[in-house]
Amino acid sequence: MLFNYKNFSPMLVVGMLAMVAMMSVLHVSSARADDDEDEDTGHRPAVVDAKWAAECSACHVAYPARYLPAESWRAIMSGLDKHFGSNASLDDATAREITAYLEKNASTGKHAVSGKPVLRITETRWFKSEHREVAARHWKNPKVKSRANCGACHSTADKGDFSEDNVKIPK
Amino acid sequence: MLRTFFAFGLVIGSCSLAANTAFAETPLEVLDAIKVEASATPGFQGFSAAHGESFFKTKHKHDLSCSSCHTDNPAAEGKHAETGKLIKPLAPAANAERFTDMKKVKKWFKRNCSDVLDRECTAQEKGDVLAYLLTVKK
Repeated sequence: MLFNYKNFSPMLVVGMLAMVAMMSVLHVSSARADDDEDEDTGHRPAVVDAKWAAECSACHVAYPARYLPAESWRAIMSGLDKHFGSNASLDDATAREITAYLEKNASTGKHAVSGKPVLRITETRWFKSEHREVAARHWKNPKVKSRANCGACHSTADKGDFSEDNVKIPK
Repeated sequence: MLRTFFAFGLVIGSCSLAANTAFAETPLEVLDAIKVEASATPGFQGFSAAHGESFFKTKHKHDLSCSSCHTDNPAAEGKHAETGKLIKPLAPAANAERFTDMKKVKKWFKRNCSDVLDRECTAQEKGDVLAYLLTVKK
C-alpha cells in the first residue's frame, strides 16, 4: 500500500487538496488568458491562432483575417521582409502556419477583390464605407496618427472586438 | 511515507507552476551564445558595453537608431516609430522577459538591424548592444 491513511493529519489533507485546487485554477486562468476567446461578441474571429495573435500584434493590432481576402493575405505574407516599410520577417514554419490561418479565415464576400490584391484594409471599399461618418479632423488627430491604428478609437481592438459600442473617438 | 508524498506533491506543483513562467534562456546565456558566434571572427577581443551604447544611440540609415523606438533609456517604455504601439522596456533589469528566448532575440535583431542598418548586425555589434543593455539599471 502506498500510504497509510490512519497516519494522515486531516490538516495536511486539507492543505494538499487546497494546493491542488489552487494549481488547477492557476492553470485554467493562464489557458484562458492565452486563447482570448472568453466571449464571442460576433465581432471576434471564430478561431484564434496563437502564432497569429502573438506575431501580428507585436507591432500593431493583429488585424483580423476576415478584413482581407486570401489573395491579399498571401501577398502580405510573402513580402514580410518589406512589410509597409519595416522588416517583419518570420521563420518559414511560423509564416506558413499564419498564412494558412489567414487564408482559412479570410473574407470571401463583399470585400473580396479581384485584380491586384489590396494590401491595406483601409483601402478596401468595406473599410471606407464603415468609416464614412468619421470626420476628417478625427483622422488628423495626433492621437489617431494613422488609419491603421484601430486601437485609437476601437478600445477593444486588441481583443479582436471592433463593435461600434466600444468606439471612443479621442478628443 | 506521508512526508514523501507531500514532498512529491510539492515537486509536481512547483514544476507545473514553473512551466508557466520559466524562460528558455537567461540574458547571460544569450550573451554567451552570441560570444560563441563572435569568437569565430579573427581578432575578437570580447564585447564592449561602451561601444554597444554608442551603437544603440547612433543614427545609422534612414535617420534611424535603436533608440528611435526604444528611446535613449532602454529601461523605459518605447514607442514604435511607425505605428505608435508601446514597446516594453528592453533592458533586462527593467523587463525580465527580455533576452530569455534565443529564437526571439534572433528574430528581432534580424528585423531591426535590417530596418536601421539595411543589413544584418554582426555578432560583435549584437554582443556589444546586449553587454550595454545588461549594464542599464532600472
